[in-house]
Amino acid sequence: MPYVFTVSPDFTPDHLSGWYIFNTWLQHQTKAAIHLELYDHFQGQRDAIQADKIDLIYANPFDAAMLVREKGFLPLVRAEGESDEAIIAVSADSNVTDVAELAPGTRVAFTDDPDVKLMGMIMLEPGDLDAGNIVPVSAGNYVLVAKHLLKGEADVGIFLAEAFDDLSSMIRKQLKILVRSQISVIHHSLMIGPKLQDRRAEIQQILVDMDNDEKGIGVLTSLGFNSWHKIEDEQMEFMIDLMDTLNT
Amino acid sequence: MIADMNPEDIVGDYKEVTLKLFDGTSRRVLYTEIETPYPDGKLIVSTTDTEGVITHVNRSFVEMSGYSEEELIGAPHSILRHPDMPPVAFKDLWDTIQRGEKWQGFVKNLRKDGGYYWVKATVIPNVRGDKVVGYTSVRRKPSHTKVAECIKLYPTLFSLF
Repeated sequence: MPYVFTVSPDFTPDHLSGWYIFNTWLQHQTKAAIHLELYDHFQGQRDAIQADKIDLIYANPFDAAMLVREKGFLPLVRAEGESDEAIIAVSADSNVTDVAELAPGTRVAFTDDPDVKLMGMIMLEPGDLDAGNIVPVSAGNYVLVAKHLLKGEADVGIFLAEAFDDLSSMIRKQLKILVRSQISVIHHSLMIGPKLQDRRAEIQQILVDMDNDEKGIGVLTSLGFNSWHKIEDEQMEFMIDLMDTLNT
Repeated sequence: MIADMNPEDIVGDYKEVTLKLFDGTSRRVLYTEIETPYPDGKLIVSTTDTEGVITHVNRSFVEMSGYSEEELIGAPHSILRHPDMPPVAFKDLWDTIQRGEKWQGFVKNLRKDGGYYWVKATVIPNVRGDKVVGYTSVRRKPSHTKVAECIKLYPTLFSLF
């Protein structure tokens, strides 16, 4: 049975082929059979994790606590310089200039990216908004969040900052940013499950050395990354504690 | 033990009071009516040991407190204690986190320059291998409504402790 690798479903579509290339590279480096299984939604991925079907995961920070505390995963590496940030935006025509001007009943568009939604909802708190008094507008991706704003179907949108910056300039011009998070310490992490943990140090080293290798650099580029950085156990615990404080 | 505040550090007209701190020590604090607004989109993060001594601060903590990182590391977290905060709030905080639970509340913090800033604070125990090794505190921007409620409520709580 091959080991199973999965990627947080919020990866950028542009990097879909990059994850397949990375998986091939990783199998070659580790001499292990690894199958890449991608999920369209977080819930499907979580069900697979709960059923102990996953051995390697590029995980959303929101799921890190569950992976470490309940399923015995340990951190390997994070992408250098990459952190998850959120943006609160409204239509450029909106009269709202500050989150504090929003009121209960505001229609909020978001995707199912759990960490981005969490950060976004925190940035809406200064307007006395919470999950209990907003009107949720679910969207399948960030382009659709933008479309909900432009069509007047939502009053504010919660975006992954990277996804907002990747919107076409024509769409971005029709939107207005109210808040951009500057948290810096929330990031996706490549993590290893119990069945592979006897090879943790070896795989961690292979990944950390990846940018020293010509082929490795090419694979990293296909993922949109520069290099991998080792995550110490305490760094992961710190991020889990941080997410725990925010998830209140 | 925290050093008394220095008049040379204070910006603007100030009042003076001696605070009795939770650990039994006291500190002379100087405070003004100048508010520093909480910056949008940022989190103020710190960790302490189990005694409340600061072991880590992020950049936002340094910027908002007005102290340097060197001044903060090794200092008790009560270096931020503002005289308008009722002691019962901190008793509740310590009672809660020492039970291993999460505490959340709205806090008026004192800056090195005598000014203040309001935060919504969440404190959780850092559990490592079934043992509490310290606490992480994360502050975010509070709502004006909640702060207004606290401004009315907190003066009524001083007689409770």
